[in-house]
Amino acid sequence: MPIATRVDRVFDALGDPTRRAVFRRLRKGNRSVREIAEGMNVSRPAVSQHLKVLKGAGLIAVRIDGARHLYGVDPSAIEVLRNWLDGFWDGTLTAFKAAAEEEQKKMER
Amino acid sequence: MADQEFDPNSVRKSIDVNAAQDVAWKVFTGKMGAWWPLAYYKIGKANAIDAIIEPEVGGRWYELGDDGSTCQWGSVLVWEPYSRLVVSWDINADWQYDAGLKTEVELRFIALGNDRTHVELEHRKLDRYGSRRDEMRRIYDTEGDWGKFLEAFARVAEA
Repeated sequence: MPIATRVDRVFDALGDPTRRAVFRRLRKGNRSVREIAEGMNVSRPAVSQHLKVLKGAGLIAVRIDGARHLYGVDPSAIEVLRNWLDGFWDGTLTAFKAAAEEEQKKMER
Repeated sequence: MADQEFDPNSVRKSIDVNAAQDVAWKVFTGKMGAWWPLAYYKIGKANAIDAIIEPEVGGRWYELGDDGSTCQWGSVLVWEPYSRLVVSWDINADWQYDAGLKTEVELRFIALGNDRTHVELEHRKLDRYGSRRDEMRRIYDTEGDWGKFLEAFARVAEA
């Protein structure tokens, strides 16, 4: 998916207040739908629907633990936003610089 | 990485790297998969696991997917280790390979001493995007729209 499309989906997904609340509940680790819905004024099917949109935007990832589906923040979403801020070639060159400098250090050791 | 004078058909960037010229060249051309943002700067359906530049004029520049598939991005036009590389970038405005597109990306690696290199990048011939030139130029130059980002961030922060 082109980064522009992915960024649009991120902003669209976070444009909804309930969905933001669901997303924020995942900051401290993986949660099940039941755990996310607890204490929220939202039904479990509605939470599931919000999770689907967040997942489609690449903001969260699902981990399957036995019979349980656990949802957590996808760290690459943050990287996508950072790179989008940097722009295509700025972001790419910054990544290249880090790799070249690491290689240089490796050779000096 | 400041822009130089505005050219609608070209994007110029530069960056200083704390690495020797040959090291910078080898990492750029030979270890691209280790640093290229493959999670989102890729075009194939498969997860991209490497980006490869075949080391000769006429060589292909392509991504390798985790299912063994390849998607070409362009071709090598100039191969002058360790100072100059020109590759075509044949990804159209719909992020598909189009062999006839032929925008060009030139890299110059200029030694600033034993372990420091000035790297210049020019992405040119953007006029080949036709009516979508400005849209694509904006993506290559700075896609970031601080206003939109800060607005969205404020919404998230307030929630």
